[in-house]
Amino acid sequence: MDTLTATTFDLTTTPLRDVNAALHADGVSGEYVVTGPSGTHNIAVGVNAPVKITVDGHVGYYAAGMNQQAEIVISGNAGTGVAENMMSGTVVVAGNASQSAAATAHGGLLVVHGDAAARCGISMKGVDIVVGGDVGHNSAFMAQAGRLVVRGNAGDGLGDSIYEARLYVRGDVGALGADCVAKEMRPEHVEELAGLLKAAGYEDDPAEYTRYGSARRLYHFRAHNTY
Amino acid sequence: MTNTWGLRESATFDRAAIAEIRRAADTGVYDIRGWGAKRSVPHFDDLLFLGASMSRYPLEGYRERCDTDVALGTRGARYPLHLDVPVTIAGMSFGALSGAAKEALGRGASEVGTSTTTGDGGMTPEERGQSKHLVYQYLPSRYGMNPDDLRKADAVEVVLGQGAKPGGGGMLLGQKISERVAGMRTLPEGIDQRSASRHPDWTGPDDLTIKINELREITDHEKPIYVKVGASRTYYDTKLAVHAGADVVVVDGMQGGTAATQEVFIEHVGIPTLAAIPQAAQALQELGVHRAGEKGVQLIASGGIRTGADVAKVMALGADAVAIGTAALIALGDNDPAYAAEYEKIGSAAGCYDDFQDGCDPAGITTQDPELAARFDPVAGGARLANYLRVLTMEAQTIARACGKAHLRHLEPEDLVALTIESAAMARVPLAGTSWIPGS
Repeated sequence: MDTLTATTFDLTTTPLRDVNAALHADGVSGEYVVTGPSGTHNIAVGVNAPVKITVDGHVGYYAAGMNQQAEIVISGNAGTGVAENMMSGTVVVAGNASQSAAATAHGGLLVVHGDAAARCGISMKGVDIVVGGDVGHNSAFMAQAGRLVVRGNAGDGLGDSIYEARLYVRGDVGALGADCVAKEMRPEHVEELAGLLKAAGYEDDPAEYTRYGSARRLYHFRAHNTY
Repeated sequence: MTNTWGLRESATFDRAAIAEIRRAADTGVYDIRGWGAKRSVPHFDDLLFLGASMSRYPLEGYRERCDTDVALGTRGARYPLHLDVPVTIAGMSFGALSGAAKEALGRGASEVGTSTTTGDGGMTPEERGQSKHLVYQYLPSRYGMNPDDLRKADAVEVVLGQGAKPGGGGMLLGQKISERVAGMRTLPEGIDQRSASRHPDWTGPDDLTIKINELREITDHEKPIYVKVGASRTYYDTKLAVHAGADVVVVDGMQGGTAATQEVFIEHVGIPTLAAIPQAAQALQELGVHRAGEKGVQLIASGGIRTGADVAKVMALGADAVAIGTAALIALGDNDPAYAAEYEKIGSAAGCYDDFQDGCDPAGITTQDPELAARFDPVAGGARLANYLRVLTMEAQTIARACGKAHLRHLEPEDLVALTIESAAMARVPLAGTSWIPGS
């Protein structure tokens, strides 16, 4: 980002409300830098414009929540629910992300270069997620659509009650969740995975990954499907 | 003819219990149905109003003003909802209901100046287009959750639970997952769909505070934020909701309806509406936000409201407004005796039909079947609902005037007595003819 042309908001002196209001203004465009976040919650939520936003530091809950169109970079770690319910655009977290990253997100791309905690991609509805490290337990729980790429390991309960999302994991999986199974990597999946890795800035060999998805045994209500 | 006088049915193993045992043995699956609790529980019928006499001065019926307006979301929203009548339409999903039925709810509500509410599955253009005041539900599943729709809403209702199933998620069986419903929910067509029972990105009241702030930030602090709970630990839930920043608390008792839930859940989890309202009112009073003007947190109660007397009783117990669901569907034409033969064909009867999950509703309301849905006229249905809402309001005004109140919200517990010890204890009003409030 060209910081010379970017508008800078210092959260140590500017209220969050003013920052978000500026980012919601009609016709907003250009580049923005938010400094001094110090774990503030709800930074750059509800942005709906093709702007570039860099948050210089660690953020609290729901950073970039419900993002539409914007390219948002968080230089530190992110709290719970980063990019939750994102619709489009890109969110990149340089550090680690806490639980429920990209929860219920419908579109766009979330890249977490570090680890993501529990429930990464929970109820995801079309988003693409690439995690540079590991993901915690119950990631992609009830994942409906979209793709989750994990360059490291996945915790227990991966893809529990998954619908049509596709999961790619390079490392170990603690235990698969209910109705989540390993699946064949066909050529279209190799191509898809390579594209996702490239979009996130990685050049891994897709052959090192295993694909997981739904066995579709829970799609219809039967006595043996209840717990 | 056989003499049956010597036969005695068991009160414990009554016909319904025996039928359920047989059904369970036949199928191996628990029963799923719609509607709310059907068992008899202490309810508004157990309360009576003390009309004016020597010590109270009544207002003249039809002549003297008895206002009905209510403002919701005054403490935190730039644009609170201002409703002409305090009877709102509860959240019911497109999916559970046909698109035309949702449209009719909007039409009826708008005609009398009240609000309607979306439901699990998102907002439809028909509903938004016909609803002057539309409350957008923010549910655990987040099906169809879209920031564009959030901005189009007039208020946001964060749903933690509903009275028919506190602690339970939703279900919509495959018969009702049409192409459009599936598309709105990002799910495969025709599957049996489950809705999550807890929110995916927050886990307690401290998190909820941050979530409410997020919703306020996204909507630039314009919209009232409601928090809806199924009635269970209502006193504590209300306090926590207020601390989390709710502008409005919605409490739904166990008689509140659902489109599909396990029978055992509907009948055995949660508490009656009558028992919940005084708890919520007490919590608001202790926090200094009950009927406290613009700084106040409003209370909406729902679950089993049928008449204007029920509306008046709910408000006398401390609510600022009520919400109706089942009654609204009946007003639209659900369970219409005109379809008696068709109800019988599907093993039910007009007045008893509760298999909303099956999508075979002869009235064309709780269905996604195009042929059945085509039977329902949203314009006529909306007009029926508007009539019903007017009657509820007029009935409540009649009672309020008799109690000397120039506004429905002036009704108070002091206007009420109870017919039974149980209802007196729950409602915290005296047993009729005594000054005894059990437990106080």
